[in-house]
Amino acid sequence: MVSVKNSVASVEPVYRFKHLLGIEGLMRTDIEKLLDLSDRYVKSNRLADKKHSTLRGRTLINLFFENSTRTSTSFELAGKRLGGDVINMSVGTSSIKKGETLIDTAMTLNAMHPDVLVVRHADSGSVHLLAEKVNCSVINAGDGSHEHPTQALLDALAIRRRINRKLDGLKVVICGDIAHSRVARSNILLLGKMGATVRVVGPPTLLPVGLEKFGVEVFHDMESGLKDADIIMMLRLQTERMTGNFVPSIREYYQLYGLDYNKLKFAKPNALIMHPGPMNRGVEIDSELADDIDRSLIREQVEMGVAVRMACLEALVSQQMISTKDH
Amino acid sequence: MSKKIYKNARLLDPGSKLDVLGSVLIESGVIVDVGPGVFVDAMQDDIEVIDCSGVCLCPGLIDMRVATGEPGNEHLETFDSVSNSAAAGGITSIICLPNTEPAIDDVALLEFVERRGAEVDLINVRSYAAATKGTLGLEMSEVGLLYQAGALGFTDGHKAIHDAMLMRRLLSYTTVFNTMVIQHPEMVDLVGEGVMSEGTVATELGLNGIPPEAEVMLIERDLRLVEMTGGKYHVSRVSTAASVDAISRAKSRGLPVSCDTTPHYFTLNEEAVRGYRTFAKVSPPLRSEDDRQAIVDGISSGVIDAVVSDHSPRDQDSKRLPFGQASFGVVGLETLLPVTLEKVHEKSISILDALAPLTCNPAKLLGLKEGRLQKTYPANFVLFDLDRPFVIDGDTFLSKCKNSPFNGKKVSASVIKTIRAGNIVFDINNSSID
Repeated sequence: MVSVKNSVASVEPVYRFKHLLGIEGLMRTDIEKLLDLSDRYVKSNRLADKKHSTLRGRTLINLFFENSTRTSTSFELAGKRLGGDVINMSVGTSSIKKGETLIDTAMTLNAMHPDVLVVRHADSGSVHLLAEKVNCSVINAGDGSHEHPTQALLDALAIRRRINRKLDGLKVVICGDIAHSRVARSNILLLGKMGATVRVVGPPTLLPVGLEKFGVEVFHDMESGLKDADIIMMLRLQTERMTGNFVPSIREYYQLYGLDYNKLKFAKPNALIMHPGPMNRGVEIDSELADDIDRSLIREQVEMGVAVRMACLEALVSQQMISTKDH
Repeated sequence: MSKKIYKNARLLDPGSKLDVLGSVLIESGVIVDVGPGVFVDAMQDDIEVIDCSGVCLCPGLIDMRVATGEPGNEHLETFDSVSNSAAAGGITSIICLPNTEPAIDDVALLEFVERRGAEVDLINVRSYAAATKGTLGLEMSEVGLLYQAGALGFTDGHKAIHDAMLMRRLLSYTTVFNTMVIQHPEMVDLVGEGVMSEGTVATELGLNGIPPEAEVMLIERDLRLVEMTGGKYHVSRVSTAASVDAISRAKSRGLPVSCDTTPHYFTLNEEAVRGYRTFAKVSPPLRSEDDRQAIVDGISSGVIDAVVSDHSPRDQDSKRLPFGQASFGVVGLETLLPVTLEKVHEKSISILDALAPLTCNPAKLLGLKEGRLQKTYPANFVLFDLDRPFVIDGDTFLSKCKNSPFNGKKVSASVIKTIRAGNIVFDINNSSID
């Protein structure tokens, strides 16, 4: 068993790829290795001394073209706790405001020899485009409505730690705005690979077509959708990605699809509630329920976020070292 | 409440294809027995016997398209006047359009309509809700909350839902509630400044035409969206042969589609506009003779599910105007049954085919337990005489408005009595008409 402090020297590679662009393409074993490594960082993050040297001498650039609180902060913390140099760039301060294209920005940053780029962008596929143009590793921190792999990993970690077993056979229900959600797509892929049963519930206007092909059961009402659920993931209405009205009003949405104690009764008696944040209390979730520590995993999800991102950074950097050795 | 028996009537129940001499026994507002062999011991039971010799008895009419004036236009029609007018026409249930002021796009307004109807308590008054907020065609209304509050369907009434994306979302969103979206079939861009159907009559009269294609084009667009979403879709007032054909094909492909028409589309054609008669100005406009014939055939074949009055009260100020400036719309509650039965007299539609679109068909579309002569059904029915001619006279209408295109027309059948929940709500013998 290698200790966390010098796991970079591990012979067995934690991760096989140069980038982490999505859950798609990962195998169950890839995911489990990342989760196992994350577990160790959860413990280390609860200590007074959280510092490691894994990323010493490495540069991490957080490139966020969309607003973010928890994701950008947790990547920043993850990079710093691993001993790397972390630069944060957001739209407001970057040359994008001055009309630079995505690829030009990427080439400019690439010329500065960063080791890892963490990128969030409003357009699906944009992070992949950028990854083709740079020499360093790229982590997708959310591209449009496509993928958000570290969120799916931290969700899986939060579930695994709480139920204290693997995810096989779990019934996970994802509720709400699936159409605009990258979290939903990454979670559907990850949970499927981990042997969980995935359902989605939402009004038809918020469910993309062809979901059944992803091995997902589709429901339009909470009562039948939540039946026998072990885990309920609530999603935010992504109004910033909507043109026109997909649902008539907030009050109707809350009445039909907002999770409260009444609707929770349809699920298993000890079903757990998750939310990737930011939450809109009184829209998709009852305020009291969101704070119920017996039922809600929401705060744990944020804690897991830092650990998972540390694990991902370590995994990419150690993969870089192995591939450099190979050449 | 004691029992009543309506005896020796020609029972007409299109829902069970029943056409037989017999009786209807009712108690506490409900039908307890019906048929040729209803036996009661009049000596033992306390039963009131009503002899209906020579008269037809069919389920009370369900008019699934009525505009009222409440709230906002009480000078045109109130729930009091509309209920009396409907009862006089043999109608025991109306479903109101949401084009009021304000529009019925909120649960409180829907409850107002049902409460006002219940206060008058002459017929059953229900309502659709606006498909879009304020019927402005911009944003979906609160479909879920309105459905839970009792809205029987979603429509912008006499305005077409124009935006294809919005229509797609409506059809998609409503699938959750098993309710229907009701469309006014006119592509507004093609209607333009048109006031009557495009063709030689319009050209002769120098009036702007509305091409008949404007109707079928919107229907065909919507049918694609129905196929995409699985939403239930109802076209209200088809007036062209092409529309009937499009809906017929959609039905044969199993799409959840239905439609209705009104007596003026199978009784009148564009010639009725001659003389710039604003009482013949309707939307969609009166069409060609071929189209009129296709509507008759559509009723006989069952492609057209329902016949509605499309009752649209208009005052003199909005009709005594140059044709181009006059409002669209006619009143129709009191002429719905007699004018429809003219087709039976002409032998162009059989009596059960003529009555089904007025009774069991709308009940089925709307999910109402009405419109049938069956045990346990509410005792809503109409007695009419197929051979009691009269001349339609708008001045005798109980509706507040008199804008009928059938004014002066001689018809053969008369409504004798209307019974709703066992109570007589109209009786020709107590009416000033006779």
